[in-house]
Amino acid sequence: MLNDPYYKRSFVVAGIAIGIVLIYICRLFMMQVVDRTTGEQADKNAILKQTIYPSRGLIYDRNDSLLVYNQPIYEVLIVTREMGKEFDTLAFCRALDMTTEAFVDRMAQVKDKRHNRSYSPYTPQVFLSQLSMQDVSQLHQMLFHFPGVSIRKRTLRDYRFCSAAHLLGSVGEVNQRDIDRDAYYQAGDYSGRDGIERRYETTLRGEKGIEKLMRDSKGRIQGPYHNGEEDVLPIAGQNLTISIDIRLQLLAEAMMNGKVGSVVALEPATGEVLALVSSPAWDPHALVGRQRGANYNALLHDPHKPLMNRALQAQYPPGSTFKLLQALVGLQEKGITPATEYPCSGPQSTPIKCTHHHGSPVSLESAIEQSCNPYFWCAFRDILQRKGQSSEALHRMYDTWREDITSFGFGSKFEDSDINDQVSGSIPTSKFYDKTYGPDGWKAITIRSLSIGQGEILVTPLQLANQAACIANGGWYYSPHLLHNDTTPRERHRTRVDDKWFPLVRDGMHRVMTNGTGRWYNIDTLMMCGKTGTVQNPHGRDHAIFIGFAPQDDPKIAVAVVVENAGFGATWACPVASLMIEQYLTDTITRPALYQKMAETVLIHKNDDE
Amino acid sequence: MNERTNIWSAVDWWTVVMFLALALFGWINIYGACYTFEQSSIFSFSNNAGKQFVWICSALVMGGIILLIDEKTYDMFGYWLYGLMILLLIATRFMAHDIKGSMSWISLGPVSLQPAEFAKCITAIAVAKFMGRFDYRLRDWRDLIWPALFVLTPMFIIMVVEKETGSALVFSAFLLTFYRQGMSGLVLLAGVLAAVLFIVVVRFSLLPAAILLTVLFAIVLWRTWKKRTTRTWVIVFYILYLGFSGACNYAFEHVLKPHQRERIEVVLGMRDDPSGVGYNANQARIAIGSGGFFGKGYLQGTQTKLRYVPEQHTDFIFCTVGEEWGFVGTTFVLLLYLAFILRIIWLSERQRDTFARVYGYSVASIFLIHLTINIGMVLGILPVIGIPLPMFSYGGSSLWGFTILLFILLRLDAARNNRLI
Repeated sequence: MLNDPYYKRSFVVAGIAIGIVLIYICRLFMMQVVDRTTGEQADKNAILKQTIYPSRGLIYDRNDSLLVYNQPIYEVLIVTREMGKEFDTLAFCRALDMTTEAFVDRMAQVKDKRHNRSYSPYTPQVFLSQLSMQDVSQLHQMLFHFPGVSIRKRTLRDYRFCSAAHLLGSVGEVNQRDIDRDAYYQAGDYSGRDGIERRYETTLRGEKGIEKLMRDSKGRIQGPYHNGEEDVLPIAGQNLTISIDIRLQLLAEAMMNGKVGSVVALEPATGEVLALVSSPAWDPHALVGRQRGANYNALLHDPHKPLMNRALQAQYPPGSTFKLLQALVGLQEKGITPATEYPCSGPQSTPIKCTHHHGSPVSLESAIEQSCNPYFWCAFRDILQRKGQSSEALHRMYDTWREDITSFGFGSKFEDSDINDQVSGSIPTSKFYDKTYGPDGWKAITIRSLSIGQGEILVTPLQLANQAACIANGGWYYSPHLLHNDTTPRERHRTRVDDKWFPLVRDGMHRVMTNGTGRWYNIDTLMMCGKTGTVQNPHGRDHAIFIGFAPQDDPKIAVAVVVENAGFGATWACPVASLMIEQYLTDTITRPALYQKMAETVLIHKNDDE
Repeated sequence: MNERTNIWSAVDWWTVVMFLALALFGWINIYGACYTFEQSSIFSFSNNAGKQFVWICSALVMGGIILLIDEKTYDMFGYWLYGLMILLLIATRFMAHDIKGSMSWISLGPVSLQPAEFAKCITAIAVAKFMGRFDYRLRDWRDLIWPALFVLTPMFIIMVVEKETGSALVFSAFLLTFYRQGMSGLVLLAGVLAAVLFIVVVRFSLLPAAILLTVLFAIVLWRTWKKRTTRTWVIVFYILYLGFSGACNYAFEHVLKPHQRERIEVVLGMRDDPSGVGYNANQARIAIGSGGFFGKGYLQGTQTKLRYVPEQHTDFIFCTVGEEWGFVGTTFVLLLYLAFILRIIWLSERQRDTFARVYGYSVASIFLIHLTINIGMVLGILPVIGIPLPMFSYGGSSLWGFTILLFILLRLDAARNNRLI
């Protein structure tokens, strides 16, 4: 209209419209371009990241016999925020065959931060775990009725043999420490808790995958996100072949039945462990699944301490088996020569009496054969002391002696080994005796018990087996390990004793089996070498010990056996080793009666009588 | 007469094109908002997009018919239409079903209609007829009594009888019309001041509001001291505003319904409850924000697909635009609306008679207030008030209402040269 006095107000109205739109565009700029957090929030809304667990690597023995495999189990997961008010608790309970009271209890547990530290109403929480396929099949069909509920498949360990529980170890839920230490783990994950499972966790576990699912506002799953293009497939764990011979292991376990002790068998040329038994043991199935916690607790409180792996962790004085080292070190340090003979007065001998009956004087081989205490006392004395020798020289000689002994693997753990939880044992230092007796207060006679493997020396069965392997090899060893045919470069450890002295000791060990303390359990054709030991035990009956290897010239197996509180090594330890050697070398057992006797004799209760 | 044949060439096609563009883009986004994984075709009647297509087609037919109706009809039957409308609004109360607390929908066979959507248009005609009388002059506030009554009557019925607060608020658009016709700008300022006071009272308390008011009026009083009458008026308004603040305080606590109070508290940041009353606003924010600059792509929006955004095909349709088309898309839509509204203002200004101009301004203002309230709500600037985004939101009533509103103006505009004589 012409001459309209308010014509200019059209610009004000247009300005208001422009102003509002500009304000909104600014606001949109802030929301869509500047604020970067909403993208994450949107993903959190819409994308449910579900972990896909890889199957854990299988474990085989050295002959490709399957030992450990996986069984599928199912977990019911809930996101409590999404369950909503209309959640059909009754139908849910019916599908899972549980009572409503149990449901209420379990819900309370899930939501209780004291029990469930990582609880969040927005993330999947384990409601029930370790269910079988049958347990969840009904729920699975009705899953769409229950917002916020999902089923996840996982695997548990299963075992073909009720055997090697210590060695294989078990798989259990990670704890907070594991989660803090390794970003791979989340609450509820499983990892190897001990044994092989722990040692080779990273090999066995594989890589978890992630499945991205779209979840609507009611918590219902609406299919894969981006057609699954962003999913990460899990990578299955690698299989593992361990050096154990399961038949040998089973045989040893059967014979250790009802006894406390341990057996270690090694392949001398490689250091591979052929059998590793600690008794008493348990069925590995016991630490799998829902019963794991209860069973573990029971084992923890068992007075015989089955959870302790005696083969690695029990420490004993080596007894007469130590005489072999005494002989070797004596020859090396020129305390004795191959021709040296010492007199023996049998039980009247001083300062250590002889427990066996044999002629006098005795040579080295006869002394080994007859396990003559006086001979090795004299040898020990002559290593450490020469006539007119000063205290410093004694100290020096003792230190040399100790170094020779430790070069066989004693007094420390095998650091380049894949065996967890070893203990070091102990070979006392001269400083230890200085402290006990004063720097000038001790001589060979003071520490004479060492000469026959008693006193302050402590060794583990694993170290004993390694000693046998060392002698079998003629002065060197590879640290005992459990991985079969692995490519890891390993150090060949040399002892400080020359090669040339070993045949003599091996002859002596062979004579133990043909004429000496082991003669009842010898098999001539196998060329067995051995040494028995009966270790005085201040707490009760003597421990029976045996170490040995066979065949003499081309050793394939070295064994150490310790049976606690059993008495003579010759009676209780030697047959175990003898049968194992026979089994390993010939794949047969020609003495079923002996096997029967060993398997059926129960010695464990004698310990309880004390 | 060749006037009738000329009507098609005289129509402002730019406005029609923008109208269609908005409706079609809205339709595409309705399909996106309702898209699920087993989705049917965009034309299928089983989904909202298919239905909306039918609404768009029928709206176009209706627009064509309106262009053919003689423009004098509205001037002539304005009051009759208005009277019928008031009766229909009241009758609706008794025929309506309760839909989410609102009593504004009536069923006609398979379709539901909301008479309130048409009330805006008819009110605009009645106001235009009154203000377009050759002897009408807007000199002071007394001349606004009748136009104000025309507006307030349907507003009151819709708010109180039909319980549709959102649709009622739209009627405040007529303030801009009155302003253009000569109403004092102070009224708009007074409205802004009232809004500010309301926010201060709710957000803080009565005392800061009173202090603010006192300081403001002290300044005004100091500037106008010499004029005696103005001075008196200023003091009167000061007292009125103080009373208003007190009323706000009371109304907020006692008159507003709990859900209205909560929505206001959410907008003012007094309540942080993203899973409760703030859920809608928060999910809208996440959906729009997660679109980013370029958006996630058409039909790729997770938040809308998975139903996180409430009312996503109707009042919150803009969330789909934000999520799938990003900042680029939202800006485009807003600028298109701005161009559309500015075009209507421009059309209004070129009218030669007051009736058409007043009507035109009413149309522009109604579109503007719908845009402002709807987008403001979606962006979390305004409390959640359920009114549709013109042409965009799903719904036949609102689309038909806006079509009638706009095409009457286009008819008036097309015939403007015939009208002066």
